[in-house]
Amino acid sequence: MKIPDELRYTEEHEWVRVADDEATVGITDYAQSELGDVVFVELPKMDRELKRGDQLASVESVKAVSEVYAPVSGRVTAVNTDLVERPELLNQSPYEEGWMARMKLSDPSELGSLMSAAQYAELVAQEKGRK
Amino acid sequence: MTAEAGEPKRTPLFGRHVSLGAKMTEFGGWQMPLSYRGILEEHRSVRTKAGLFDVSHMGEIAVRGPGAGELCQRLTTNDVARLSDGGVQYTILCDENGGVIDDVTLYRRFEEEYFFCVNAANAAKDFAWIASHAGAVVVEDVSAETALLSLQGPAAEAVLSRAALLDLAALPRFRFLCADIEGYSVTISRTGYTGEDGFEIFVESSRAPALWDRLMEEGQAFGLVPVGLGARDTLRLEAALPLYGHELSSSTTPLEAGLDRFVRFDAGDFIGRARLLEQKRTGCRRRLVGLVLVERGVARHGYAVVVRGAVAGEVTSGGWSPTLGRSIALAYLDTAALGEEEEVEVLVPQGWAKAKLVSLPFYRREGRSRKP
Repeated sequence: MKIPDELRYTEEHEWVRVADDEATVGITDYAQSELGDVVFVELPKMDRELKRGDQLASVESVKAVSEVYAPVSGRVTAVNTDLVERPELLNQSPYEEGWMARMKLSDPSELGSLMSAAQYAELVAQEKGRK
Repeated sequence: MTAEAGEPKRTPLFGRHVSLGAKMTEFGGWQMPLSYRGILEEHRSVRTKAGLFDVSHMGEIAVRGPGAGELCQRLTTNDVARLSDGGVQYTILCDENGGVIDDVTLYRRFEEEYFFCVNAANAAKDFAWIASHAGAVVVEDVSAETALLSLQGPAAEAVLSRAALLDLAALPRFRFLCADIEGYSVTISRTGYTGEDGFEIFVESSRAPALWDRLMEEGQAFGLVPVGLGARDTLRLEAALPLYGHELSSSTTPLEAGLDRFVRFDAGDFIGRARLLEQKRTGCRRRLVGLVLVERGVARHGYAVVVRGAVAGEVTSGGWSPTLGRSIALAYLDTAALGEEEEVEVLVPQGWAKAKLVSLPFYRREGRSRKP
């Protein structure tokens, strides 16, 4: 189970990679493994303004549909259209080729409330323990 | 095996699933493997090679003694007289209203000895129903001492023939036989729930791990993989095989579900016959149809289906078809609202998705018509 140190995480299993005032967003390795084979990804529209916690995307796996929430507030500046043709990238490479969207941060102070890799690892361990 | 209320039960193969790293899920009161290495991969293995399923959660109910055949006929919609020793039939237990109590397979061992294989979640209910009509016929729930493995896929015959030291090419579909594997007895039935050729193998619970190991070992050269309930569901959906609690319930009849060929009005009286005959005469107000989504999205259980702007029914089972690469669904639609329409819309989370009606099943294996 990969949890890269340099990323920030949410309790809903999204990750955030920050560069300047832009955040790249996706779902974690744990999330993709829980979802199972992804067959269809619905991405947000470009330039959409989202508040933290708004629905950013939906992911359909063979098993179920899941919502992906915006981990931070901001405007959508890029979406990973490769996922339309190759939804399996979410399973194969959740932190790299499977990124979902880029957002221009409207409130960078929100980053402080996200989890570190160590905190997220603890959350995953707890969730696994409940199974 | 049957379940009781409380903690989910474990099959004799629970330890195998855990050591294989399966994701587990609860189903019908049982802790069952959902998938081992991924639903898509397991699905494709069954379509192209072979897969091994633990379906020991299914219940088995033995019926024997003078009058056993008559009892089975009175309780089921199919024609029991068509069974000879070693024959299996898919059939339906109906209540007086023609509602489905369960869909089951009925096995005739001898003239006065039958057994039912029933859905896990219905096993206790089925047993009570059968026993309440039994009179002097002996009815016994043998679920606890019976495990069930299912070996499915084009290579299933080769794998099982080697494991059982038998040429199973001679066993036709819907026939079964008793055999020995490494000194213990098994009942091998050429049946399944995947749309592929395959076998279901009943074995005494304590022998199930040894049988599982033997089949996995023999299957290695053929690409046999363990398969969980996730792929069991996608496989049966492609083959348009109904699932109790989805397509079937006490408020649906076999005719609405399109199971007419398993309802034999000429076979003699059975519980529910009068109501079903009346429904056959007057026609069904709704019927089960197959849908293929032509727009992006995945149809799932409970989603509304719209015909010309009005809700006409809902999806009972839906999901991704790995074989078609599209979302497919079974849905009950109001026959009057549907009319001659061949295009409908399904309300998926992303909005309305167009779907077209298709004939069932969604998937039919090649060469099937040539099989006996």
